[in-house]
Amino acid sequence: MASITAGIDIGASATKVAILDREGSLLGSCIRRSGVDFAGSAEIGFGEALKQAGLEASQVGQVFSCGYGRKNVAFATDSRTEIACHAAGAYHHFPRALTVVDIGGQDNKVIKLDEKGARVSFKMNRKCAAGTGAFLEEMALRLDLDLARFNQMAQDAKEEATLGAFCTVFTATEVLGKIRQGVPVEALIRGLFASVLKRVSEMDTLDNTVVMTGGVVAHNPYLKHMLADKLGREVLSPPRPQLTGAEGAALLAMRNS
Amino acid sequence: MTQEVPPIKATKQMRKIMADYFQRLDRAKKEGSPKVAWCTSVGPGELLLAMGFEVYYPENHGAMLGATRMATDLIPVANAAGYSPEVCSYLTSDVGSYLTGKTPLTKAYGMESIPKADVLVYNNNQCREVQDWFSFYAREWDVPIVGIQNPRMIGEVKESHLKDVRSQMEDMVPVLEHVSGNKFDIDRFREVVGLSKECTARWRKVLESAANLPTPLTFFDHCIHMAPAVVLRGTKAAVEYYDELLTEIDERIKDGVAAVPGEKVRLYWDGMPVWGRLRMLGDLFFELKAPIVASTYCNSWIFDPLDPKDPFGSMASAALEIFNVRDENFKESYIKEWVKLCGVQGLVFHDAKTCPYNSNSRFALPNRMSKELGIPTIIINGDLNDLRCFSDEQAKTNIEAFVEQILENA
Repeated sequence: MASITAGIDIGASATKVAILDREGSLLGSCIRRSGVDFAGSAEIGFGEALKQAGLEASQVGQVFSCGYGRKNVAFATDSRTEIACHAAGAYHHFPRALTVVDIGGQDNKVIKLDEKGARVSFKMNRKCAAGTGAFLEEMALRLDLDLARFNQMAQDAKEEATLGAFCTVFTATEVLGKIRQGVPVEALIRGLFASVLKRVSEMDTLDNTVVMTGGVVAHNPYLKHMLADKLGREVLSPPRPQLTGAEGAALLAMRNS
Repeated sequence: MTQEVPPIKATKQMRKIMADYFQRLDRAKKEGSPKVAWCTSVGPGELLLAMGFEVYYPENHGAMLGATRMATDLIPVANAAGYSPEVCSYLTSDVGSYLTGKTPLTKAYGMESIPKADVLVYNNNQCREVQDWFSFYAREWDVPIVGIQNPRMIGEVKESHLKDVRSQMEDMVPVLEHVSGNKFDIDRFREVVGLSKECTARWRKVLESAANLPTPLTFFDHCIHMAPAVVLRGTKAAVEYYDELLTEIDERIKDGVAAVPGEKVRLYWDGMPVWGRLRMLGDLFFELKAPIVASTYCNSWIFDPLDPKDPFGSMASAALEIFNVRDENFKESYIKEWVKLCGVQGLVFHDAKTCPYNSNSRFALPNRMSKELGIPTIIINGDLNDLRCFSDEQAKTNIEAFVEQILENA
């Protein structure tokens, strides 16, 4: 088995790189915007992660890619879907039967694993970005709020506004209507978080231990608490949720070595 | 994709008989004789042929609009004319085609336009929308429209169902005599139903050949080669064509020619094809070495009950037994039968936005099938003709991950 492998998760919004040792410990990482040049983003991200790890590229064995841009990584040994990689990454941190809920920039996935880590089923969102990171980004833009403050605002809210719209654009209209009615902004942000979780909950039943991964929960950990309240049980996430896919890719590369 | 796999030689003959068919329609339209009847795809085409009509199947045109991707620009024209984007995209692309005068029949067969109907004949056994679709043309052209209101959600086909549909079919005859100018001839009807029976029996054999390892054809081949069963059933040309195709299939089986060399995972497709993405999806399943060996859609032209000894009765049976009008229990057992026959390891359900009747994933059937058969299922969101409803990237990721999962657990 190789001693060091790398995983590159090129999502629609962000490129994530993880370099792991044989035990699956993180040696170096990088998260950056994907932009329009997936190949370039992969190269730069890999370079940054190597620098952080204090390694040369030649010291890394296999490199697996995943995500929308997985076929654009010329130096990757192989690719896997992000479903396989999030599953592997989540199971590495929590080796038991899981439901992995990955909320990404433009898509959501609900992945079910058995106690051995084998995939039982998976569901992706329909052709609609409502309930993803893009939804929250759009809200921040339309409401002229700082997206980075959303988590604290949701946490501070004394109540939660109920939002009913199906469409991201119309949700913004609904939010503005509620602001005019005097609903506090914090309550609305918590309502937006609730909308995200509602969309995810429609995709599949959330059984066994629920693990949340992806950039949205990485930047908005309060979502985890809200989902735990909704389910009436603990919800977990790996130490670096946005890197789970990249870590999973590196782990699969390790198995393949 | 086809470089490793020899092309199917019979395709040349298929192209010829299809071209002949459209040219006959074009001539009929221009010369005013024989009269042209429009018919729904699983409607009483045999009766119309027996009455001396040239029979045009507009759903075939719908599929061409999708496959050529002309539908993309034509659907909005129908939307603007009041047809919701939520309804059948065969209907909206066809109405859009009519309103703009643009049709793929021009490039394919040199036809200036679709053939105007002298009579419109439907059976709503496949869906309600065909009646709305034909009604548009009935108003446009001021021509008669007759149809069969078919029972739905049928478990077991009952005598009352048969009596109902049979009598509706018989009631059409006076209108058809009036429009065609021909008297109904039971012997000719028997002959046509007999030929249709031979065609459908051969088509079944074509589809059942997928039980072989490796499969000589896939769903993407079936979608092409079903054309004679759709528009030429009831004719000798269709029977002869499938004899030729079956001979070639037998040779392929004998020589071990695989439609997907190195096939690793065998899949079933439920629902409509995504016409505008057939090539992309065909290539994807080919690269993944995951042939789609069977489908609900291509099976739609298997009409086991047809019997020239009882043409009206057997056609009523055939109309009532189609998959689309059956209840969930029947649908489950039907799919199970083909899963067992063809060694299927995973079920792909295409949920077509504008085709609820052919989207069988909406009432938890995939979950039940997965539990009962112990094989995984996946739902791909898309549409038959409206590519705005289909995401290439999401579909690719879904399908790749699905095949990945089956292989991991194998």
